Amino acid sequence: MLLSCTDVRKVFGDHVVLDDLSLDVAEHEVVALIGASGSGKSTLLRCVNLLAEIDDGTIRLDGEEITDPRINADLVRRKIGLVFQSYNLFPHMTVLDNITLAPTRVHRRAADETRAQAMTWLERLGLADKARTYPDRLSGGQQQRVAIVRALVNSPRLLLLDEVTSALDPELVGEVLTMIRDLKSEGMTMVLATHEMGFAKQVADRVAFLHAGKVLEQGPPEQVLGDPTEPRTRQFLSRIIEAGRL
Amino acid sequence: MTYAPSERQQERIAFRRRQAIRSVLLAAGSTVVVGVLLTVAVTGSPGWPRVKRSFFDLDTATKYLPDVLEGFWLNVRLFVVCAPLALVLGLLIAILRTSRGPVAFPVRVLAGGYTYTFRGLPLIITIYLFAFGIPGLRLQGTPDVVVLGAAAIVVTYGAYLAEVFRAGIESVHPSQVAAARSLGLTRRQAMRHVVLPQAVRRVTPALLNDVVALQKDVGLISLAGSIDAIRAAQIGAAQSANFTPYVVAAVLFILLALPLIAITDRVTLNAVRAQNAGA
Repeated sequence: MLLSCTDVRKVFGDHVVLDDLSLDVAEHEVVALIGASGSGKSTLLRCVNLLAEIDDGTIRLDGEEITDPRINADLVRRKIGLVFQSYNLFPHMTVLDNITLAPTRVHRRAADETRAQAMTWLERLGLADKARTYPDRLSGGQQQRVAIVRALVNSPRLLLLDEVTSALDPELVGEVLTMIRDLKSEGMTMVLATHEMGFAKQVADRVAFLHAGKVLEQGPPEQVLGDPTEPRTRQFLSRIIEAGRL
Repeated sequence: MTYAPSERQQERIAFRRRQAIRSVLLAAGSTVVVGVLLTVAVTGSPGWPRVKRSFFDLDTATKYLPDVLEGFWLNVRLFVVCAPLALVLGLLIAILRTSRGPVAFPVRVLAGGYTYTFRGLPLIITIYLFAFGIPGLRLQGTPDVVVLGAAAIVVTYGAYLAEVFRAGIESVHPSQVAAARSLGLTRRQAMRHVVLPQAVRRVTPALLNDVVALQKDVGLISLAGSIDAIRAAQIGAAQSANFTPYVVAAVLFILLALPLIAITDRVTLNAVRAQNAGA
């Protein structure tokens, strides 16, 4: 298993966000986390990336326990990419500088090499002419794709995507989803929290339904989204269908 | 087909032009009226001839201008040295105050105590304490009073500037730090490459404002006994029994401040525009 979460617990005050949650992700696997707002999807991703500290349980990456307090969190984060709902590009840097910051500063790679790699990515996405512009000149979809490239140039073992399309206008969602689909075909291991059920169905190898801080049901997308066994999952999906999102 | 404004649009343009001419004329007229009223009020006042003699006496001004100018050169040099030092000190203290970890605890406490003390302490007292207290210790190699007075100014303004920098650092949204850390940047790298550049940009107007204030307060060095523009003017005023040398010094300080004030206003305006542009 590439990622292995066992009995993970996270509380904010009295509120239990993750309640002994367990989830395994194999290499090259794409797992979609679905569930209502507040079900713990984002919190789980933040805990895996060690941006939030867990209150019990263990998380392992490549067999190594990353929740051991003696471990260097900076070294772990270098192996995990995280893409945020609100892109979080650095507004004072050009697109190119956003992408090359971590490779040059963290991974100590040569500046011209990382720049060439970044340009290859931008050309592939049709954003090469935006390399010298600042993020506020880009559309949401363009910003989010730059944010994904920023995570990818570090060659992460695992990519975490936190509701990466929820802040986008509907017509811009497609370009981001296409990019994620391409990453899957290249074998990237991904865990994505999403509200896009249709997309989860297409791209995920496995769908996990989170409810009240637990994985209530998981399995192939056709089964979980098409014929769920848990009443809670059914209830959630029927609301999604009512809203016209499936 | 080339675009030609419609008749209605041409009418609008002509109307707006007439309005613009009208407002320029009105502004010019009201300026003249206010100017005349002010002149009449001041020069027509019963004490004006005396005030004119003791504050605006041309002979006294020309006589003491070289002395005041020579003293002013000390103020200029003090400003050029003190302003960058105070900025560096302020930035350093702000970074120390926002540092984390148990090892940094005493540093945080000291930095906090420093800003509280020197923001509360009147600059005049700080200058007295530095310029007269430190030589009183009779230590080897005690520097000149000018250096001690300058140190008092740097330490006082460093405390104000530290708070401005800190406000800037804390105004950068935590999601920016999260993004930097998620890329594997250490706390220090995130501070240097992501937080500080944004923080400094945001607080530049406030920093410049404090630098303008510092520019005038270098005049307080005269309290330490150094002959700067203010002390030279004081000596001139005592010799001639006339206040004109002070006015000479005042004009010099204003002239020195003008460019910086203009820059500050422009930077502030640009910052406001940049912030509203995104919305």
